[in-house]
Amino acid sequence: MSFHDSFQAMKAAGDYSSLHDVLPYSKFMGISLAQQDGRMITTMAYHDRLIGNTTLPALHGGTLAALLELAALFQIAHEIETEQMPKVITITVDYMRSGGPKDTFARAHATRVGRRVANVVAQAWQDNPDKPVASANVNFLLT
Amino acid sequence: MSKPENTNKFLKAQMRMTHIPHMNALGTEVVDFGKGHVTVRLPYNTELVGNPETGVLAGGVISALLDNVCGSSVVAYSMTPAAFATLDLRIDYMKPATPGLDVLAYAECYKMTRRIAFVRGLAFHESKDEPIANAAATFMFTGRGTVNMIEEEDEESA
Repeated sequence: MSFHDSFQAMKAAGDYSSLHDVLPYSKFMGISLAQQDGRMITTMAYHDRLIGNTTLPALHGGTLAALLELAALFQIAHEIETEQMPKVITITVDYMRSGGPKDTFARAHATRVGRRVANVVAQAWQDNPDKPVASANVNFLLT
Repeated sequence: MSKPENTNKFLKAQMRMTHIPHMNALGTEVVDFGKGHVTVRLPYNTELVGNPETGVLAGGVISALLDNVCGSSVVAYSMTPAAFATLDLRIDYMKPATPGLDVLAYAECYKMTRRIAFVRGLAFHESKDEPIANAAATFMFTGRGTVNMIEEEDEESA
């Protein structure tokens, strides 16, 4: 079963507990997915190997970029029906705060969905959704 | 590619990247560096796959690799233990990484002002002329040890 079909099957069942089997990188990163009040919430569980700066300590910026990219992908794959998994064309990440050594959450919403391209905004936070640690604009190719 | 040869002890230590847990987890190694530029290698690893059907690495892996090498190029430019924070990072994906192949990531810090460093980078397999992804990043010097300047400025402007 393709990644696209596996994702569609999880979506139909409303159960994303098999994400780690479908997407090996999500297991490596400790990333899981759940639906809350109709929105997709992506969680990156804290692990020492996500650290970039041991002095602060702070999460590696790249882990936040990866989390935001996946959160955006999950949201667009959840919202629309496509023949194949949307592909990331560009991602622009703004870093607002350093991420502490704890669980990080992300959610996204599509600002525009066209026939060929979708624009998605994603935000990541730790303690307070109103104080994001990073945000991203992600443009997807849908066809 | 030439072996890292630099008499600057600080830079040599930095460029081992053994102090960066996430890079250790990804299994990266620095293959080349010099004033303002760094190249690292990421060995192919099935744990990092985004699509098991094709074996293509997840985009996030490329993002983390480019984020890191862009930051390292700032260190390689300044050659001092200056504290800095990433302001923004843009990545354009040109093609999927080829399954089974190592990924190289190169970044150069091409302009530095008193407060900001400007960096561009590329991820590729064998030739920079056939990039997997392109990166553009900016970094801000915090100048106060490991204090996160961006957060502080948030409070100043609030």
